[in-house]
Amino acid sequence: MKLTETEVRYVAKLANLNLTPAEVDGMVHDLGSILEHMDQLASIDTDGVEPMTQVLYEAEETATLRPDVERAPLGNEAALANAPASGSGYFKVPKVIER
Amino acid sequence: MSADTIQSIRDGLKNKQFSAVEVAREALAFAERENPKTNAYLLFSSERALEAAERVDKKLAAGEDPGLLAGVPVAVKDVILTKGVRSTCGSKILEHYSPPYDATAIERIEAAGGVIIGKTNCDEFAMGSSNENSAYGPVRNPVAPDRVPGGSSGGSAAVVAQKTAVVSLGSDTGGSIRQPASFCGVVGVTPTYGRVSRYGLVAFASSLDHIGPFARNVHDAATVLEVMAGRDPLDSTSAEAPVPDYASHLNGDVRGMKLGVPVEYMKNATGETADLIHKAIETLRGLGCEVHEISLPATDYAIATYYVIATAEASSNLARFDGARYGYRSPSSGTLSDMYRNTRGEGFGAEVKRRIMLGTYVLSHGYYDAYYLKAQKVRALITRDFTNAFQNVDAIVAPVSPFPAFKIGEKVNDPMEMYLSDIYTITGSLAGIPCMSVPCGATADGLPVGLQILCNHFQEQKMFRLADAFERTCS
Repeated sequence: MKLTETEVRYVAKLANLNLTPAEVDGMVHDLGSILEHMDQLASIDTDGVEPMTQVLYEAEETATLRPDVERAPLGNEAALANAPASGSGYFKVPKVIER
Repeated sequence: MSADTIQSIRDGLKNKQFSAVEVAREALAFAERENPKTNAYLLFSSERALEAAERVDKKLAAGEDPGLLAGVPVAVKDVILTKGVRSTCGSKILEHYSPPYDATAIERIEAAGGVIIGKTNCDEFAMGSSNENSAYGPVRNPVAPDRVPGGSSGGSAAVVAQKTAVVSLGSDTGGSIRQPASFCGVVGVTPTYGRVSRYGLVAFASSLDHIGPFARNVHDAATVLEVMAGRDPLDSTSAEAPVPDYASHLNGDVRGMKLGVPVEYMKNATGETADLIHKAIETLRGLGCEVHEISLPATDYAIATYYVIATAEASSNLARFDGARYGYRSPSSGTLSDMYRNTRGEGFGAEVKRRIMLGTYVLSHGYYDAYYLKAQKVRALITRDFTNAFQNVDAIVAPVSPFPAFKIGEKVNDPMEMYLSDIYTITGSLAGIPCMSVPCGATADGLPVGLQILCNHFQEQKMFRLADAFERTCS
C-alpha cells in the first residue's frame, strides 16, 4: 500500500481531523489507490512549463483592485449570531494555553 | 405548473393571467407536494418567495420594468448563501447555519424579479458525483427514482427536471453542473471562470469554483446567466468583461461553424451514450456545421491533476470549519485542540474527510513539488490543448459523462471509480472555459444523455447559439 497507518494518522493530525480506527483503515486503502492513480503525473514531461495557479485569459483590462469606498461592515451582532458560544461581543473558545 | 418557462411567466404576468404571488404560491405548493419523491429540496423559503413576488406585482402595478426574471420560481443549491435562510451545504457541520448575508448571485436574481422558493440538496460541500454524499440523504433522479441525479448539484438538476422550479442555480468545480444536467435531461451551464461572482458561494476549490444555471431550455439558461454575470467588487476574481445580451442572440444559424470532436473523448465511449453523441454530431453537421476530429493529448492526466488541485484547495478552504465562529461544535471540546479535531471529525462526512486528507497530504512537506506543483504544470498543458484547439475550431462537442445515471449505491464504495466518472467534464473546469450540457436524447431505458459543448473563454454567446440551434432541431 502507498500509505501506512502511521502516515494517515500524521496527515490527520496536520488536518486537525479526529479519525476513528475504522476511518484510519479506510483511509489507508482509499487514499492509497487514489495516490497510485495520481502518481502518473510524475511521468509527464513538464520541463519549461509554468505552473498554472489561476485561470488566465486574454482581457483588455483586468482590474484587480476595487475602488476604496467605505462600506458598512457585517456588524458584531450579525457576525456572532451563528457562534456556538459567544459573550461580551467575542467568540468564546476553550483555553488556548494548554494546547 | 401551468407556466413553466421564463417566457410563459413573463407573458402571463403581462396579460394579467396571473400575478407573481399566484405563481409563487402555486410553485411552492406543487414543489412541497412533489418533493418527497426526490428529496431534491432541503428547505422552502416561502416567506422570502412571497415577499419577492409581491415586489414584482407592485412594480407591474406601477408600470415599472419588473426585470428579466419577473416572477420566475428559482431554486438555489445549498452551497450558495441566502441571508436568514438556512444554508447547510449538505453538511451536518452547518445544520443550523443562517447566513448573515446574500451571495451576489442571489442579490442579482432577486433584483431581476426572480423568486427564490427553496434550497436544494447537494453533495456535502459540493464534493461528489452522485448526490449520495449529502448529510440529508440522497436525491432520487426524477426520471428514474432508483438512480442518482448526478452530482454535486443533484438537487438543482432534479427540481428543474421534476418541474418543481423553473430554473435553478448550481455550482461547478469539476462537472457538478453539467453531469447532473446530463443525468436529469435538462440544460446546465458552467460559464467562464470569473464570469459570475462567487461572493457568497461557500468555497470548495477557489481556482475552479463556478456558479451556473440549470433550465429546461437554452433560452432560459442564457437569461439566468445574463442576470448573474458581470464584475462584482466583492469578488476580485470576477471579470471586468462586458455581459452580452445572451438570450436575444439565439437566431438558430450555425452554418459554417467549425466543431472539434476530440479523439481522446470518443475513443473509450461505447454503448448508447456514444451512439447518441455520434447522432448529435450528425445533427449538427446537418445544420451546416463543419466537423473536425481534434486531439487534446493531455486529457488522460486530467483526473489526477484535478484531484490534486481540488483537494489541496479544499483542505485549505475547509480549515474554517473549526467550531469557533459558526456551525457545529463538538461537546468534547475540553481544549482548543480537542474542539478543532472533534468538531471536524464528528461534523464532516466520509468524502469530505477523504478530500481534506488527500489535500493535506499533497501539500505536506516533501510532497508539494511532486503533487501540487506538478499538477499545476499539467493543468497548464491541459489548458494549452484547448487554446491550440480553439485556433482552428469555434466549439468542441463531446459527451458529458461516459454513461447515463447509475443506480443509487452502485459506486458508493469505490471512490476512485466515482472520480473516474468525471473524466469529460474536468478538463473544461481546469481550463476555466465555458461549457454546458444540452439534452441529446435518451437510452432505450429512457435515461437522458447530454451533449457537452465547450467554447473559448467568454464565448458563451457562441456556445448558446449552437446549443439553441441543436435544441430546436431536436424538439
